[in-house]
Amino acid sequence: MSARRRIAGLAVASVLGALALFAVSAASAAVEVRKVVSRSGIVAWLVEDHSNPILSMSFGFRAGGSFDPAGKEGLAELTSILLDEGAGPMDALAFQKKLESLSIRLEFEVGRDQFHGSLRTLSRNRDAAFEMIGLALTRPRFDADAVERMRAGLLSGYLRDSRRPRYLARRAFWSSAFPDHPYGRPVSGTTKSLGAITRADLQRFVADNLTRDNLFVGVVGDVTPAQLEVLLDKAFGGLPAKRRARPVPAAAPKLEGGLVVKRFDTPQSVAMFGQPGLPRRHPDYYAAYVLNHILGGGGFTSRLYLQIREKRGLAYSVYSYLWPMRRTSLLLGAVATENARVAESVAIVRKEWTRIAEAGPTAEELAAARKYLTGSYPLRFSSSSRIADMLVGLQFEGLERDYFARRNGYIEKVTLADVRRVAKSLLKPDRLTFFIVGKPAGL
Amino acid sequence: MNGRRIVRRAALTGPAIAALMLTGGPMAAGVPAAAAEPERQGLFNAQTFTLKNGLRGVVIVNRRAPVALHMVWYRAGAIDEPAGKSGIAHFVEHLLFKGTKTLKSGEFSRIVAANGGRENAFTSWDYTGYYQFVARDRLPRMMEIEADRMANLVLTEDNIVQERRVILEERRSRIEASPSTILWEQARRALFLNHGYGRPIIGWMHEMAQLSRQDALDFYRRFYGPDNAVLVVAGDVDPAEVRRLAEKYYGPVPRLKAPPHRRLLEPPQRAERRVIYRDRRVRRPSFSRMYHAPGYNSSGAEHAYALQVLARLLGSSSTSLLYQSLVVRRKLATAAGSGYGASRRGPSSFYLFASPRPGVGIDRLEEAVDDELATILKKGVPKEEVEAAKRQLQDMAIFARDSLRTGANAIATSLTIGRTVQDVEEWPARIGAVTVDQVNAAARHVLQRRKSVTALLLSEKPAEADKAGEQRQ
Repeated sequence: MSARRRIAGLAVASVLGALALFAVSAASAAVEVRKVVSRSGIVAWLVEDHSNPILSMSFGFRAGGSFDPAGKEGLAELTSILLDEGAGPMDALAFQKKLESLSIRLEFEVGRDQFHGSLRTLSRNRDAAFEMIGLALTRPRFDADAVERMRAGLLSGYLRDSRRPRYLARRAFWSSAFPDHPYGRPVSGTTKSLGAITRADLQRFVADNLTRDNLFVGVVGDVTPAQLEVLLDKAFGGLPAKRRARPVPAAAPKLEGGLVVKRFDTPQSVAMFGQPGLPRRHPDYYAAYVLNHILGGGGFTSRLYLQIREKRGLAYSVYSYLWPMRRTSLLLGAVATENARVAESVAIVRKEWTRIAEAGPTAEELAAARKYLTGSYPLRFSSSSRIADMLVGLQFEGLERDYFARRNGYIEKVTLADVRRVAKSLLKPDRLTFFIVGKPAGL
Repeated sequence: MNGRRIVRRAALTGPAIAALMLTGGPMAAGVPAAAAEPERQGLFNAQTFTLKNGLRGVVIVNRRAPVALHMVWYRAGAIDEPAGKSGIAHFVEHLLFKGTKTLKSGEFSRIVAANGGRENAFTSWDYTGYYQFVARDRLPRMMEIEADRMANLVLTEDNIVQERRVILEERRSRIEASPSTILWEQARRALFLNHGYGRPIIGWMHEMAQLSRQDALDFYRRFYGPDNAVLVVAGDVDPAEVRRLAEKYYGPVPRLKAPPHRRLLEPPQRAERRVIYRDRRVRRPSFSRMYHAPGYNSSGAEHAYALQVLARLLGSSSTSLLYQSLVVRRKLATAAGSGYGASRRGPSSFYLFASPRPGVGIDRLEEAVDDELATILKKGVPKEEVEAAKRQLQDMAIFARDSLRTGANAIATSLTIGRTVQDVEEWPARIGAVTVDQVNAAARHVLQRRKSVTALLLSEKPAEADKAGEQRQ
């Protein structure tokens, strides 16, 4: 579960996020992104930084929970936590011991669209680290006792989640918005689907999805391009060339407005809300991004934040965000309010949605949003692993290699007329659909 | 575990950030600084100064990006709250985003945003901290407004009524929605017989609902002042310039009238306690145990470094002793581990947890945990495990240098709890000096059931609970 949320964060925060300039920020301009190609053709985007003896790598395959076969939900997730539970000549304990003894952190996690890995190592253990990745990706053992152990862990997690209001609200949302599409299925599986996964399923998932034509790599740290070329082949050179998994079809979210309530005994209702969004490469994307910032974005200044929290104390947290996925686009948000008053929160979200759709933001709001979004952009470059994640995000979305230097320019170019036009065309108050878990009074 | 620190607002920018802020794992504050490499003198090479009004300043230079992290930490947290006022430290943290004599309510955050800054604040048992993360040329403006709210807070009744609702919603989100957190809160109350560490940081609901403007102002006036604060600036900055700016903006802030210091001691812990919580939402039981344990500043502090090594080798990963025994070999659990943090102004705790596999009774699991501990206490910890744990901890210190925030937090924590910058800079060396005998002595000192609370999370009616959950899918 946390893995899934993190990838969501990755898509939203870092890719989009990879949006901001202070006077075309020195920070982002200073980050030079080089393209490195290994002998076997593996491509990586590299930011060299020799200030600490550390290397961070992020890598992703276009393959996540949405590639799970029906009835085998949780397959990608189970695969991701098994890759480092034994590979090649090492069983789970030996593999983990080796990672730990070399202080190598290797993690895999899964979202709907992405199978993501991250590595952090000291320079002195670089070679071993890349060899370990190669083993994990090409020779995972899937030993029976490791499979059963990790399956039991996911089952426990599922049972815990299935009583959490937030999880239930998310499930209600996904299953309603994508009733006949893989996006509608639970990425981390259910008791039944997790029980149905076999060793052959795991092996097939790896063979079909973790392939070279499907891979994006970002590296930051203490390594030269020449050194990296060699390392890339150690980690990824042995992968199959071509993906065999069938692509997931595009889907329009079925969000027709209204409100779905799941009764659940808890003092506070969790409300998730959403409507269709727009794709990452859409010409209006930046205008929509600025618009969302004003409506429900980060910091303590959005309209939803001011109206719901700052003025009325209705919630601790309320927000909205654009989520351009691979095969669909969403504009989502969430708020949690005690049962007695949650109807008021819902009414205010609707009202603010309508108000900004009709009149758009003010010139002052646009100016403030621009200042915040461009000024805070350099802050994203605060650790190697964050930058590595951003490098993968850029490649996933097909953005330019010099995007870091251009990004604030895209934000600066957004005019008041753009934001007002997009507010009208994008925001659909009558399609904004609420999914509420709790005992909401009056709903 | 949950609740070590709570922040003003779950980050909007994405779950990853929220996770970062909320994770107060045992190491979060305690893992400081870094491994000494030959060419560097210390881990972070922090520079310090003290202003005439008592404000201590720390500068950590990190030139990765032209940014600066500006933080002010107060030695004021949940353990400083008067009886009957639980949650006031955290409430005051929220209220510092209201107005001052010269800024309107909410203007602080508008200024930070207009300068492209990210900001937040957090409250712990031992401290409350505020930060802005900005381009380095915005540092003076941040200092100006942070210094302003150190002395000039203005609160209206409307502020109180509105923000009190917010913290009550925060409590519903963080505590009431999560059976394991409800139990954790109860268990901590049982662990500390006398100390404020047993109080939930966010407060008890019934006391939070009564917190008043006067309560907030009393707490603020008693604890918020330069001589009870630490200023930390990390990033692409010049230490001499930071000091000059600090003198300009923080220098004029008057000292507190009576710098607060109080030290509460725990009486001897003599009786084992058990806390059992049943909740309809629980579908899998779980076991945890907290032992009363020393921190850097309490009696028994000589065990503090060895306990960090013990927590690491006992339960920090899937190769640790507890996981290997309970999850892998005996197949009784789906998860097992341990944790410990030494960075407290007073006593701390050492905890263990385990979740049974389906079909394994919670009693059987507890017995197995106690078997494992008995074996360790009798035979001692393996030498090679001690060496591996020490090396991993030291390597973590090198990684800590990669992030602006880790070093700043470690040093701010150290100063706020009454320790020094040097304690952080030398942390790797002190971990390196821990011996096998010291780890065994620390284990014997801490792992005694008469000094512990065992907490069991159980479902109310297991069979029905399962059925209801399935239908919901």
